[in-house]
Amino acid sequence: MLDFVQQLVSGVALGCVYGLIALGFVLVYKATEVVNFAQGDLMMLGGFFAFTFIGMMGLNYWIGFAGAVAAMALFGMLAERVVVRPILGYPQFSIIMATIGLGYFLRSVAGMVWGTDDFKIDTPFSQGVLRIGSLVLAYDKLSVIAATIILCTLLYLFFNKTTLGTAMRASSENMLAAYYMGIPVKRVVSVVWAISAAVATCAGVLLAPITFIHSNVGLVLGLKAFPAAVLGGFGSIPGAVVGGVLIGVIESMAGFYLAEGWKDVAPYIVLLAVLLLKPEGLFGLHVRKKV
Amino acid sequence: MRFLFKTDYEDDIRLFPHSGYVVSYGILLALLLIAPYVLSSYLMSQLVFVCIYATVGVALMILTGFTGQASLGHAAFLAIGAYTAAYLQKYNVPFPVYFLAAGVLTGCIGALVGFPALRLQGIYLVIATISFAFIVEEILARWESVTNGNEGMRVKTLSLLGVTVPRDSPTFYFLCLAVLVLTIVGTLNLLRSPTGRAFVAIRDSETAARSMGINVALYKVKSFAISAAITGLAGVLFAHKLSFISPEMFTLQLSIEFIIVILIGGSFSLHGAVLGAIFIVMIDPFLTYLKDDMPGIIAGIAATFGAGPATAGNIQSKVAAFASLNGLKGAIYGIIIVLFVLFEPLGLYGRWLKIKLFFQLFPLYKRATFKRQKIYVKSERNR
Repeated sequence: MLDFVQQLVSGVALGCVYGLIALGFVLVYKATEVVNFAQGDLMMLGGFFAFTFIGMMGLNYWIGFAGAVAAMALFGMLAERVVVRPILGYPQFSIIMATIGLGYFLRSVAGMVWGTDDFKIDTPFSQGVLRIGSLVLAYDKLSVIAATIILCTLLYLFFNKTTLGTAMRASSENMLAAYYMGIPVKRVVSVVWAISAAVATCAGVLLAPITFIHSNVGLVLGLKAFPAAVLGGFGSIPGAVVGGVLIGVIESMAGFYLAEGWKDVAPYIVLLAVLLLKPEGLFGLHVRKKV
Repeated sequence: MRFLFKTDYEDDIRLFPHSGYVVSYGILLALLLIAPYVLSSYLMSQLVFVCIYATVGVALMILTGFTGQASLGHAAFLAIGAYTAAYLQKYNVPFPVYFLAAGVLTGCIGALVGFPALRLQGIYLVIATISFAFIVEEILARWESVTNGNEGMRVKTLSLLGVTVPRDSPTFYFLCLAVLVLTIVGTLNLLRSPTGRAFVAIRDSETAARSMGINVALYKVKSFAISAAITGLAGVLFAHKLSFISPEMFTLQLSIEFIIVILIGGSFSLHGAVLGAIFIVMIDPFLTYLKDDMPGIIAGIAATFGAGPATAGNIQSKVAAFASLNGLKGAIYGIIIVLFVLFEPLGLYGRWLKIKLFFQLFPLYKRATFKRQKIYVKSERNR
């Protein structure tokens, strides 16, 4: 029983990271119908920025964190301006390819700039564990869970309660109609990319003590975040986090109870099953087309 | 300029629209046939890889280019073909039998993947094929009694009708070339058959195709099966060329390379698949060239423009250091993909068409001929 709870908590913590990356997918997808295959690499880059500020320049953790988030938000806008904006409105396949290309580029450049070693950031939560009875919970895992809850709530409120959020939802439903209604669609898309890169950075920094930062971490985790996003229904913010947590728990349980090798495939088997049985995901909207 | 007046249906579906095609393809084929006696062994080896990649490119073109079903899992089909060959070879099965067996097996698995794909659209399909590829990769690594797990499998030298064909011999190259040419001709014939027309109809509008009485589900599964089967055949050749296979050769990276083949070559044309294959295989020799010769050349240019020997040497070492950076290949891939998507979505073959049209229509060429239209699709979720 104790093992089970222990696995559950570490699964939830890992799942929250997947959820945070999936949140980035969902934000961009919600606003522009673009699936950003470079999301994991944005996370990796955010982690490296934070490492540069904190580990190499010796700034305070929180200042470095904020700096990395700000830098990545700008970078997200830049990426949107250069890569995505010219092809908005073209078939999805082009956009998928463009973001795959962007991901390749970021991964290689990060490898060139920071090298291929593993890096780690010392965080205020690195040391110390919380003991409840004989249950041992590390602070860095708890911090991930807490941060996910906060970010998710903020984003949910942002999308549903603010004008900008409403504008984003409108431009995702029908970009052309949103233009006609006077929504500055280009600026909206820019902001969405900034937010999504910032969320990815949070994931990267929070993850740093758990999986370390290296240039390929984005690819590995980004691909795990896909099942999370699909499971929750692409385009649903709570769905992304719940999907991420489910994937994390499934992975951690499969790693503990099943034979070796199941750990890596279990998320994808679940994903295929979900796609077969309920393609719109757990929280996805099922909208019928009107003829 | 040559005008083609099509007066009946036969003109429309002819394999070679006019005699120019016969002449130019004849010359190309002749050049390819004498290539092994002219080129260096390194380039020959690259040419074999071009043939294999082009075969996979054609297969993927049937699925993605002509039926509109994106797949990022073709490395898995290649792996299944390669492993079938390696496994059957252990029991002394002759080449023609395991070659066909690999094709049939991957075709069946492709059809099985096609069934779930029926309900999936766009991005969901891409994700489903990625997960399929991951699962196959993991099975290859874990099913040790058959695949030997992570240690990989040796592939014995190919023996065809009692004659051994080493992997760097001209005969092996001719075999790969023959498979490629047969695949291309077969695909061309497929595309002018009712099946191929149904594929294109499904790509252009599924709803329209369905209302024309096309059994969309059947043709989607067919397209998956055919594409997978051809990829499986290419997998057999791939295994023989490498002479050693292990699960980590068939990763997502390879699937992405195949997608790059059709993206850079140009969607919707078989020429594109071949051009893309040439492009992707030749990146490696190009990088070697960049590493070995470029620094000297650039230093030479600097010297002729009046730089002293010290500056020239400095430039040379800097360029050499840049060219031998670790991730340069990945960065080049990334930049190339993005640039092609942004500026030349029709790919290399599209560029060739533009150049050709420019000269044909010389004073009257309009750039807008090839203009893409933005469609601003409504939400895919509501489809």
